[in-house]
Amino acid sequence: MAASAQTMAETAAEFGLKPDEYALIVRRLNREPNLVELGVFSVMWSEHCSYKSSRVQLAKLPTAGARVIQGPGENAGVVDIGDGQACVFKMESHNHPSYIEPYQGAATGVGGIMRDVFTMGARPIALLNALRFGDPSHPKTRRLVSGVVSGIAGYGNCVGVPTVGGETNFHRGYDGNILVNAMCVGLADADKIFYAAAPAAGLPVVYFGSKTGRDGIHGATMASAEFGEDSDEKRPTVQVGDPFAEKLLIEATLELMASGAVAAIQDMGAAGLTSSSVEMAGKGGVGVELDLDLVPQREEAMSAYEMMLSESQERMLAILKPGREADGRRIFEKWGLDAAVIGRTTDTGRLVLRRSGEVVCDIPLAPLTEDAPRLERPWVEPQVPARLDPAEVPAPDDWEAAVLKLMSCPDVASKRWVWEQYDRHVMADTLEESATGADAAVVRVHGTRKALALTSDCTPRYVAANPFEGGKQAVAEAWRNLTAVGADPIAVTDNLNFGNPEKPEIMGQIARAVDGMAEACRALDFPVVSGNVSLYNETGGAAIPPTPTVGAVGLIPDYGLRADFASMKAGQALLLVGVSHGELGASLYLREVLGREAGAPPPVDLELERRAGDFVRGLIRGGQVSSVHDLSDGGLVAAAAEMALASGVGVELAPTSATHAHAFLFGEDQGRYLVAASDPEPIIAAGRAGGLNIALAGQAGGADFACHALFRIPLARLRLANEAWMPAYMDEA
Amino acid sequence: MKAAVVVFPGSNCDRDTKVAIERATGAQVHMVWHAETELPAGLDLIVLPGGFAYGDYLRCGAMAALSPVMVEVRASAERGVAVAGICNGFQVLCEARMLPGALLRNAGLKYVCKPVELEVANGNTRFTAAFGGRRRAVMTVGHGEGNYFADPETLDRLEGQGQVVFRYRDNPNGSARDIAGIMSERGNVLGMMPHPDRAFEPELGSSDGALLFQSVLASA
Amino acid sequence: MKAIVHVFLKPGVLDVQGKAVESALHGLGWTGVEGVRIGRVIEFDIGGSDRAAAEAEIRAMCEKLLANTVIEAYRVDVGPAP
Repeated sequence: MAASAQTMAETAAEFGLKPDEYALIVRRLNREPNLVELGVFSVMWSEHCSYKSSRVQLAKLPTAGARVIQGPGENAGVVDIGDGQACVFKMESHNHPSYIEPYQGAATGVGGIMRDVFTMGARPIALLNALRFGDPSHPKTRRLVSGVVSGIAGYGNCVGVPTVGGETNFHRGYDGNILVNAMCVGLADADKIFYAAAPAAGLPVVYFGSKTGRDGIHGATMASAEFGEDSDEKRPTVQVGDPFAEKLLIEATLELMASGAVAAIQDMGAAGLTSSSVEMAGKGGVGVELDLDLVPQREEAMSAYEMMLSESQERMLAILKPGREADGRRIFEKWGLDAAVIGRTTDTGRLVLRRSGEVVCDIPLAPLTEDAPRLERPWVEPQVPARLDPAEVPAPDDWEAAVLKLMSCPDVASKRWVWEQYDRHVMADTLEESATGADAAVVRVHGTRKALALTSDCTPRYVAANPFEGGKQAVAEAWRNLTAVGADPIAVTDNLNFGNPEKPEIMGQIARAVDGMAEACRALDFPVVSGNVSLYNETGGAAIPPTPTVGAVGLIPDYGLRADFASMKAGQALLLVGVSHGELGASLYLREVLGREAGAPPPVDLELERRAGDFVRGLIRGGQVSSVHDLSDGGLVAAAAEMALASGVGVELAPTSATHAHAFLFGEDQGRYLVAASDPEPIIAAGRAGGLNIALAGQAGGADFACHALFRIPLARLRLANEAWMPAYMDEA
Repeated sequence: MKAAVVVFPGSNCDRDTKVAIERATGAQVHMVWHAETELPAGLDLIVLPGGFAYGDYLRCGAMAALSPVMVEVRASAERGVAVAGICNGFQVLCEARMLPGALLRNAGLKYVCKPVELEVANGNTRFTAAFGGRRRAVMTVGHGEGNYFADPETLDRLEGQGQVVFRYRDNPNGSARDIAGIMSERGNVLGMMPHPDRAFEPELGSSDGALLFQSVLASA
Repeated sequence: MKAIVHVFLKPGVLDVQGKAVESALHGLGWTGVEGVRIGRVIEFDIGGSDRAAAEAEIRAMCEKLLANTVIEAYRVDVGPAP
């Protein structure tokens, strides 16, 4: 452990610490740190724990609101859903591990995000996943899709939390860096939320869950010379998830909380024991002393360093109220979990670690959090393309082929192959999910008439073209999807996936996308309550398309009054709510049918967005409509086709008077909805009275999807095109 | 009616099953931890619920079949009490040899979750009487190992004696002879892969599962 | 002593995983591969020095838990600890 100052400074660099950061550590300690201490600092000051590159940007997001109980900064956000109940939720990425080992990477991603939610006292009730893969033709893509999907299924299904929604997209920009963003939503009593802050000195610190092994310890560190010749034995291993242990951990944790024994609690996520103990003591303003010999260990001869940096899964750290150790023992024994009192809180404000009787770490806690670097990284304004004039974009030569191409392209094609592997029904409260045809998943609040609406959204091609408008759009689309099922949108969790922030162009994407998100969140009263940042998603200097995924939650007061897009009936009129300029820039029509990626994305008018949404929600709540679909990828054609397929009823789109029919039909103008109405006249009148654009766009009926003289496609053929792509792709050897 | 739902470590449809029985029948439902060696007195129905008991490690249902509580479950079945194993519970009953055969990996090798149409192959059982002659039912499946296997003689016997209770109309997992659910020779032990516990009210897409629990109530 | 238990599906039981692996091997060019069967190997240490007694005990474990004899067969190897 004793290394010279020279070596320690070099090691610091290998740990990712900059020279000035290392100098700051030496100043704070008044001496050189030892290896364990350096490991603790490097983890706490890492991008992952400190958000050093993004904190300045994240501060721009609105985080307060009438329903917000807990905003960012805890394990998950908490919002009030009435009747003394709270919804706890967060989204988190597991991008890099999923690329290296797709099954375990995705599985442990799901496990990690669930722990963030039940650590706060909530029972997880739903999971969503936003997945972005490389081009389907890339040699790695199929194996990654297969592994990630079965990893999510293997973990979520076993734990018994339904996976109800999400997104699966493909683009060559993700060839070298896939994105696996998992969101978990939980339910708790609003007055029984648990936090990490240790309330006092002298309390027992209890470790429970799985044993600690050498999983996932930082690779660069392992390769360093200090570890000697047996480095093969100690090489970083892939973290392996144990969903059975997670299920037991959920039940034991919730039972322990209900027993009244818990004073503070924190799950062990990235750099498990380090971040959990530092955060608990740091937030509580106390110190903590741990005897690492007492940590339940799976492998032999682990060093203090390895134990502190291990990322073994399914582990928790709790601080119990005085004299409550027996409650803990009884519950851990019932659920068959390893557990041990490994230390106590102190009044020293220091993190003290012992191993084999020796003090191996003794550092003040304050600098770990307070002095964490906060970088004002330089950025440049992104270059944004001009609006694409519809007159410059050709109409399809063959309309029927264009419609079929759009409906069978990887981003629009049915993802049945994916979601049929997910248990979407366990807990018996799922009302709308991937299979049912609705813009958001809908899950009942158990035992009530209330339901939560859940969605995850981002259109990376818009963000790539114009980060500001793309950021706005991601938030607006989430808000729109919640609205389209009849929910009041409540709050957002964000997962910001970008490239290397040390590049001013990438930092420009981050800064402007966050600006756009902040503007939309403000205008729509849609605060951000939790989130995660994933940077350095680059391979060979090529960054992923900027992907600020927005997860969102809304509340439906009475699930009897909600909408999907699978209940359209023959004879109903299809009304188009919102303004159509024929925006074809960055559209799917342009990319999939014409093979071009160009132009400005459709702008979002947040004032109109809000008015159109409030109007549609009013129709649903008033029981006037029950079949609604928002317009997004592929515009009017895709939305109407999806309604037809989900409802099993044909649609005849009205002849359009627009100069450019293809711009009207495929344009991706924002803030629009299709509404199926049996009695359209009063709805049109009401919409217009409210200053909205609302017009008849088509008629439901028959067995074809058709538009006047342009195309007529039997529904069965459209369904085949939409359903066949993914299974055919996955079955190719 | 008085019912019990056994909770193994890793069960995850235990609450769903309790709620389904309560809604369907108004019965009093006891949750019984797997380590218990006694069951509440006077039970009319014992359900082994869905989930992943012991993580489905080794083989689905293998370790749960050896749980302490299973001694009493078996004794109750021998006394004629109705016992139903749903999904993972079916796997447990086969591992416990309380039902013949075994459940293998799905033919498609993937976990499959979807609504399935069932044929009520025997409407004259303690579990199906309330279907009242209806031959069709809809419930969802959600499993990775639901591919029912038994040797041909056993399959012939099951069919010949009316022990096949439910069949798939469109087999989702490769099950022998499209079998979705079977019962014991005596007719009081049922095992099925589809989930009646997820089909007890129209909001869930089907109420057909409620009929199963009501059947047991009617015979109680 | 070191015990190694091999558990495999009985010949009459269709091994869907084995079939998938076989077809994958064929796809990779190993067309001569036939009859792929996937099983499980369970290793553990067992006390005592009487090999026959240990083997009998392990067989009992197989019958009771380690194998499902409705569908699976097993083979037991017991040897001195390495």
